Amino acid sequence: MSHLSSIQIFLLLTIVKVAVVLVITLTAVAYTVLVERKLLGRMQNRWGPSRVGPFGLLQPLADGIKLFMKEDMMPLAVERPLFVLAPIIALGCALISIAVVPFSNQTLVTVGGTTVDIGQIANLNIGLLVILGITSIGVYGIALSGWSSNNKYSLFGSLRASAQLISYELALGLSLVGVVLRAGSLSLRDIVTSQSAHGALSWNVFGGFQFIAFFIYLMAAYAETNRAPFDLPEAESELVAGYHTEYSSMKFAMFFMAEYANMITVACVATLMFFGGADSPFGHLFDHFGNGLIAGFLFGAMWFVLKVFFFILIYIWVRATVPRFRYDQLMKFGWTFLLPVAMVNILATALALAFIAP
Amino acid sequence: MQVALFIIFGLLAVAGALNLLYQRHPINSALSLIVVMMSLAVLYFSLGAEFLAAAQVIVYSGAVMVLFVFVIMLLNAGEEVHTRGSKMAYIAGIPGTTAIFCILTFVFLKQRNALGATHLRDSLSGTSSNITEVSHQLFTSLLLPFEVTSILILVAILGAVVLARRES
Repeated sequence: MSHLSSIQIFLLLTIVKVAVVLVITLTAVAYTVLVERKLLGRMQNRWGPSRVGPFGLLQPLADGIKLFMKEDMMPLAVERPLFVLAPIIALGCALISIAVVPFSNQTLVTVGGTTVDIGQIANLNIGLLVILGITSIGVYGIALSGWSSNNKYSLFGSLRASAQLISYELALGLSLVGVVLRAGSLSLRDIVTSQSAHGALSWNVFGGFQFIAFFIYLMAAYAETNRAPFDLPEAESELVAGYHTEYSSMKFAMFFMAEYANMITVACVATLMFFGGADSPFGHLFDHFGNGLIAGFLFGAMWFVLKVFFFILIYIWVRATVPRFRYDQLMKFGWTFLLPVAMVNILATALALAFIAP
Repeated sequence: MQVALFIIFGLLAVAGALNLLYQRHPINSALSLIVVMMSLAVLYFSLGAEFLAAAQVIVYSGAVMVLFVFVIMLLNAGEEVHTRGSKMAYIAGIPGTTAIFCILTFVFLKQRNALGATHLRDSLSGTSSNITEVSHQLFTSLLLPFEVTSILILVAILGAVVLARRES
């Protein structure tokens, strides 16, 4: 590798990192769908997919092939360029935000004189803002899909989705401010480090007294990802399928993947902000157990994946048990309950930091 | 690297701005405006003003333009129609904007030292966090304008509430 300059090696390594993370995320998306179908099945006293492969494990593959082989229908009345662009925006934005997520401890690996961190694709000092910004760009995918479809159900679905996203984004952003105040930084790596002192006791949700913020975040996140009980944009009983009514084949699959990728991103952010990211819940008790470079990386990644999986299970559990809200209830809940509580939480955190101070 | 980014996204911003004027349908114009704003965000980022870039994306592309697109979708605005007035606007507008552009460029280039110009990778891309710097400035030397702006926004919110409530 001596003939490559350091910037070329850095670029190559970054591309490799991006490819690996992308493949893992897409696989995770596919298997989240399977986990959801299996668990929903069990909760409704039936089996869920069980025919393709052992325990139905190859079901995502079969679904993928099916969606890929389907005929790609495009109604004549659609606004063509935007109709094609919308699913790309939705999926693109859903996948980009994973780039700033630190999914393991900082593990510096040196290849050919260039050091990269394999625990994260990009460590930005505005990581959190990048995630929030990309989420807000993702609205366009939904808004444009509904408008360009030229179908009243699609338009209603996308109007509902965009209104819901804009309303709940405020509560979501404000609920994270308390954590940022405690960490004193917007870098996700710093936020994780600020919670690593005593394991689970110093996680923001317990030791940081941010549990109110955590519940606000959780509820706002359900609304952000258009999941039950806030899945008004795709309420089957009234809107056919919402904003993706006119989409078929791979374009539909892209929306579907975007929804699940967003779920994973939101779960990652919850893990990072409130549950200590890749830190072990036992703090430094078992540090002698995996103190090698690679072992440390793998343990970090394991804790991170377990926490994210826990959040996804909560998602599915909530979907199986809570009935859908009415639209005005949803708006009222967001604006008159979540938002004021989030503001009070910021005030309380700021006062506590100023007067009780660590 | 920085120069390459500047050329790519500078051209993209100009192309988006021209497309905004060229497109007949309001939603296409709104989308071009989003392209312009995103390119500006990348330019800020490449200058080392990360916080400004993030704020640009969140506030302008994420909030203001969503509102624009939302209104266009709700009103189902059609294509723009050309009248005699718009022909006049062409004749007067194109030379007018060119003149204003030239004058502004001249003034900025002439007075760049007075306006506080810095060279690339000089003071902006310092290692200290942007956000610390910005918030420090906001709460010390710019405290009065900051508070006045927040009162202005509060008044605007109250006005919106009053207007929305009037009918019932």
